[in-house]
Amino acid sequence: MRAVLTSLLAGMLTALVMPTHAEVIFEKRSLYRNIQVTDDADRRCLKFANRQHRVSRQSCQFHDDPNRLVFDYGKLVFTAFLLNPEPERILVIGLGGGSLPRLMQELFPGARIDSVEIDPAVIEVAEKYFDYRVRPDDRVLAQDGRVFVRRALLRGQTYDFVLLDAFTGDYIPEHMMTLDYLQECKRLLAEGGVLVANTFSSSRLYPHETATFAAAFDWIWNLRRRSGNRVIITGNMPKPDLETVRERAAARDWRAYGIDLSANLELITQPSARELEARVLTDEYSPANLLNARD
Amino acid sequence: MATSKETNDALIVPAGRAPLIMLLAFTGGFSIMSIELLAGRMLAPYFGSSIYVWGSIITVFMLSLSLGYLLGGRLSLRSPSLGRFGIIFLVAGGTITPLLLGGNAIMEVVFAAVEDPRYGSLLASLALFFIPTVAMGTISPYAVRLLVDTVGHSGHVAGLLYFVSTLGSALGTLLTSFYFVLWFEVTSILVSLGLALVLCGVIALLVSARAGGGVAGDKA
Repeated sequence: MRAVLTSLLAGMLTALVMPTHAEVIFEKRSLYRNIQVTDDADRRCLKFANRQHRVSRQSCQFHDDPNRLVFDYGKLVFTAFLLNPEPERILVIGLGGGSLPRLMQELFPGARIDSVEIDPAVIEVAEKYFDYRVRPDDRVLAQDGRVFVRRALLRGQTYDFVLLDAFTGDYIPEHMMTLDYLQECKRLLAEGGVLVANTFSSSRLYPHETATFAAAFDWIWNLRRRSGNRVIITGNMPKPDLETVRERAAARDWRAYGIDLSANLELITQPSARELEARVLTDEYSPANLLNARD
Repeated sequence: MATSKETNDALIVPAGRAPLIMLLAFTGGFSIMSIELLAGRMLAPYFGSSIYVWGSIITVFMLSLSLGYLLGGRLSLRSPSLGRFGIIFLVAGGTITPLLLGGNAIMEVVFAAVEDPRYGSLLASLALFFIPTVAMGTISPYAVRLLVDTVGHSGHVAGLLYFVSTLGSALGTLLTSFYFVLWFEVTSILVSLGLALVLCGVIALLVSARAGGGVAGDKA
């Protein structure tokens, strides 16, 4: 009797503490972090738990519709395809659960997608629990993103579309938040190539990030909803005419994937003069995490 | 160990110089760990910041320090003096110069030649940090020799110097990772550390010369 009461009480306590009834279906301590895969009523999520009290959702997928994006930032990322509607070579740095490259496979069946992910355990999870399929011409590489970019430059490779998505909410790889790195990425872009970055920065780092992107590229677009991440879009092309892009957006309906292209375009802002005054982050000066922590 | 060769058991520097020597040992310890942390910064653009990059850096620093200790002990056998101690600092400061001038060029070459970032980072760490760290490693054992007056006190002196130089290392680690990288560029910090070592050397030489016990004096 007492045992039953105790377990009942424990169950109630758990229900109170846990915000959702997500069931953990896989757990692993990788070289870099604690990885969790959880199942909810409607979705499966990949979480990185760095400390007991802080769990960040990295990637989620709806059970009934895996190609419909869950998070706002992902929906914003796809806006960038309006600038290069037929990419042949795509590079994704930071695989996570693979939800973004998976949708790219769906939308651009002919494109070759290279995904770079530093954590082999994350790759394993993406393939096993999020059903990310590596097609014959695609590659998934367990590598540091910056090392991959340098190697690709040495080989003279170029890409039509580059997605920088290596940051988690908790930690920024500082060598991947510098002017030098962005310049390397810029050299990786083919003529007309597009670069999109998903950034996690909070208030202190935010202007530094803006200034660093602005220093590396001739123009940038900021896309941000009131809550959460900011997405930066730029490319190896003159600054696009927004009217032309709006027309392209109107001709494309991706709402089935959760993406409202026309609405996304209205979120575009230009960096403010105050942001641009911030100190540019370089390989010599890159305290991104220290800046991000102080807010 | 050294006593069989070393006939002179008397104190080499006056007892009043002990704080100076400890300050120098402290600066040596401070510089070693500060440079080790900056090594991570320098290698990251080429080899990433994975655990094996830190593994390479720590391996090379430990290896170089061990050899530096050995070398410093050997150097202390041959007419040890404050002046010669100062020269060690000048050399250590000087060995940072190639890092500043050729660091990136060396890493470019290693990166192009070695595909695997584990061995790339190990090789680059060796090429960049082996010599400076060996030089800095000689400081502690040499300082022990300068402060030891009797065999009976040698353990006490060695303990005191380990204490001071490791305390310097702790502070070098803390200040560099918490504050220096937030305030300064990597190159500026390296230049400052090099200059601090050179300054230590100059002070040791000046003090030694004023006491009439300079390098030339030792040889006579």
